[in-house]
Amino acid sequence: MSTTDTDKGPEQEELGAAGSRLSTAPQEEAVSLPGLGVIGWARWFWRQLTSMRVALLLLLLLSLGAIPGSLIPQTGADATKVDDFRAAHTTLAPVYDRLGLFHVYSSVWFSAIYILLFVSLIGCIVPRTWQFVGQLRGRPPGAPRRLDRLPAYTTWRTEAEPEQVREAALALVRGRRFRAHVAGDAVAAEKGYVRELGNLVFHIALIVLLVAFASGQMYKSDGTKLMVEGDGFSNALPMYDDFKSGSLFTTDDLSPFSFGLKDFQGTYELTGPNRGTPRTFQAKVRYSEGADGTDRTTTIKVNEPLEIGDAKVYLVSHGYAPVITVRDGRGKVVYQDAVPLLPLDGNVTSQGVIKVMDGYRDARGGKDQLGVRAFFLPTYGGGASVLSQFPALLNPVLNLEPYHGDLGVNSGIPQSVYQLDKTHMKGFKDAEGRQLRGNLKPGQTMKLPDGAGSITLEKGVKEWAGFEIVQEPGGGWALVGALGAILGLAASLFIQRRRVWVRAVRGADGVTVVEMAGLGRSESAKVPEELGDLAANLYDRAPGASDPDDDSTPSPAGPAEGAEK
Amino acid sequence: MTLAAATELAAATNEHLASVSNTLIYSSMAVYTLAFFAYITEWLFGSRSKVGRTAAALTAGAERGAGAPAVTVRSAGATAVLERPKVVVRSASGARDVPDGPGAHGGDEQGDMYGRIAVSLTVLAFLVELAGVVARAASVERAPWGNMYEFNITFSTVAVGVYLALLALRKNVRWLGLFLVTTVLLDLGLAVTVLYTASDQLVPALHSYWLYIHVSTAIFCGAVFYVGAVATILYLFKDSYESKLESGGKPGAFARSVLERLPASASLDKFAYRVNAAVFPLWTFTIIAGAIWAGDAWGRYWNWDPKETWSFITWIAYACYLHARATAGWKGRKAAYLALIAFGCWLFNYYGVNIFVTGKHSYAGV
Ligand code: HEM
Repeated sequence: MSTTDTDKGPEQEELGAAGSRLSTAPQEEAVSLPGLGVIGWARWFWRQLTSMRVALLLLLLLSLGAIPGSLIPQTGADATKVDDFRAAHTTLAPVYDRLGLFHVYSSVWFSAIYILLFVSLIGCIVPRTWQFVGQLRGRPPGAPRRLDRLPAYTTWRTEAEPEQVREAALALVRGRRFRAHVAGDAVAAEKGYVRELGNLVFHIALIVLLVAFASGQMYKSDGTKLMVEGDGFSNALPMYDDFKSGSLFTTDDLSPFSFGLKDFQGTYELTGPNRGTPRTFQAKVRYSEGADGTDRTTTIKVNEPLEIGDAKVYLVSHGYAPVITVRDGRGKVVYQDAVPLLPLDGNVTSQGVIKVMDGYRDARGGKDQLGVRAFFLPTYGGGASVLSQFPALLNPVLNLEPYHGDLGVNSGIPQSVYQLDKTHMKGFKDAEGRQLRGNLKPGQTMKLPDGAGSITLEKGVKEWAGFEIVQEPGGGWALVGALGAILGLAASLFIQRRRVWVRAVRGADGVTVVEMAGLGRSESAKVPEELGDLAANLYDRAPGASDPDDDSTPSPAGPAEGAEK
Repeated sequence: MTLAAATELAAATNEHLASVSNTLIYSSMAVYTLAFFAYITEWLFGSRSKVGRTAAALTAGAERGAGAPAVTVRSAGATAVLERPKVVVRSASGARDVPDGPGAHGGDEQGDMYGRIAVSLTVLAFLVELAGVVARAASVERAPWGNMYEFNITFSTVAVGVYLALLALRKNVRWLGLFLVTTVLLDLGLAVTVLYTASDQLVPALHSYWLYIHVSTAIFCGAVFYVGAVATILYLFKDSYESKLESGGKPGAFARSVLERLPASASLDKFAYRVNAAVFPLWTFTIIAGAIWAGDAWGRYWNWDPKETWSFITWIAYACYLHARATAGWKGRKAAYLALIAFGCWLFNYYGVNIFVTGKHSYAGV
């Protein structure tokens, strides 16, 4: 691989070796057709892939490719939205499906872009690293023949001997932490290697980040669990309501732990324009690590997950779970449980179903099943209002709509616990022959007609909390990669790599001529500033000699007489 | 005092503070408007100067023939004694050698005076706006970044702050003033009319110290990227003006009058690059801080939420820009277009995603 700087203008050519190796960026090559044969093509392809131009195009493609995923619903983020979209756009949806637009970030084409990019990146980093090691082991290149052609230049005449000047210059630049040596009649010095190092660290850190993220995706597990106050959970697959995992995950990877919900608390703004806006959510839990660890208690809040082993337990949702007691025609308690209801709005108007499947006997002692649609208003506004007025339990009311018949739970079709399939159910009727409905306050009971039993809302409405239990290994490595990327980037963007040469030769009249020049990777005001500072320092050690022609200032535009060797 | 009375009193204080904040924001808009007119006056007076430095330099360059690089002389070190060596600086050959314009006042004394007045007014407006932002923060008892209204007022305050800081550092940026104040007025106009939201508290998911870290750096990066974008646009204009002159074209009188007073295209380009490159690491940090926060709040540090996705797109777009500047054939105008696209992504991430796309970030309220 050539070691020429990408900024290869005419200037650079003029500088020859002096301007080379200031960077490890790959050289731009003209796009030439490959030689014949498979190897020729392979080599050509590899060169293209690892060129800056193609890296740039792949980066552009990556950013373009990320756009559709932010505008089209994604299965990974919200599957129901995708279903809605499919229903609404019957012609577009199959096209989107074929293009993988419902799961852009795991689609073939998106993966192809980033895999190519990272192959390109590795193909770029490896040679650049070797080159950089070579530069560190080598020495800064010697001074170009004509220093006055460099971007920053200065010269003066001095009484000091050329050797003395070179020695002083060497000590001076070394004191400023330049790497320097004497090459012929000049001191060659270079500084700012950290820039290149930072750039390499940055690009390597990107690979670390990607590998950490990808392995995290493959080994991760992610499940949810709804728990009513008093419930317990131990980390095993059957305990989850819903569970997703990466392709390489096995159940042995689940951290052993258990926890239980003791108490859930939500507080809300009581007054003002934002009355009802949530302020705090917290779940008091007891937990134990390992198979039989000691019990501890803690509080899980939004933003403050509980970390147990490799797992994190997040508080993600909450709602109410009124405690219901159902008695049958014989007066026997056939059902008593807290029924978790799903919130429908910000004021936690909630909905759900009470299903009594076994044990219920009707007024005549016959087997039957009960299904009761339930609406719950934590704060009932009175009258005919069906929406809760406030999210906390200020005036809780449970609205019930009882049915009996066949719940259809044995039909083999999976059912939602929050929905009632009324196809084989009949409503209980009130005195006027309409569907029976009633509002219960805690402690109140609804009598079913004709001695069919009763439904009681017990005092003390319980709350439930939804937890998400996530295990995603590789987070630590991702963080290391991220920090490495930032540090590398900062070094790469804030540090200038630059060279300084100091030439001291005896002029025709026997007086020493000192020439200094500086070269940076890009044009920058810092290079001349630094050179000026170095020159001022060196000048103190090798003060100016009076000019034979009594011209006290050296001509700025050209080299001093006799400077050329 | 009972608890209820105490809460009521606190609520009353907060409402009072909120209205103080609103008054301050409106006042700052009034002062920005005055500053706007002062800048306009500066430009108007400046248009009296008829010196075509760029044209002169470019024609002179043509006469010199080979376009030999010009040299400028700087004194070495702070205490330049006469005999001390002088550093000769020469620009790379191939680059145009064009001097920087004198600034909006175009060397006109009265223009310069109005320019100074404009800067003073900008300082005043900045202070008033800053007070408005602080009062808002005090009224809601949290950082003032809970919704788009607050985001807008903070954003423009920071953008003007960046401009004033660059001025204080004696950078040659006064020419930015008119463009900046114009957009600040637009930004504030939008804030007080369309985006206004009464003070409110944050939902629990926003209670995190990462909010302070992530959002404050996001606002700061946006403000700096904005300054970079303005410089990039001006670079594109100035660059085509220079190439037109170079190829013997005759630019219109208005373009000539305005562009002559701006810095050379090379200086604008360099300024834009510095500004963008300097905040890029901070933008990287912003995204990472956001990911850490997301890890705490939502259970996954990277979720391809629309806001995350667009931050990522913005980041990649700026990485493209930095790469382009190191790639032959992409330097100059093409790289500048990439920088503008990148800033466009940032803007879309802010306005577009908040308004058109729903995601987990949207609960902050428009
Ligand atoms: C994952 C995708 C990549 C990202 C996000 C990225 C990002 C960046 C950034 C932000 C810089 C600016 C730092 C600077 O100017 O010093 C940079 C520089 C650089 N990148 Fe990349 N890069 C990526 C892939 C690549 C690839 C595939 C190559 C190899 C062809 C490459 C080669 C370089 C080189 C040589 C530089 C230094 C340019 C210079 O010396 O100015 N990068 N990269």
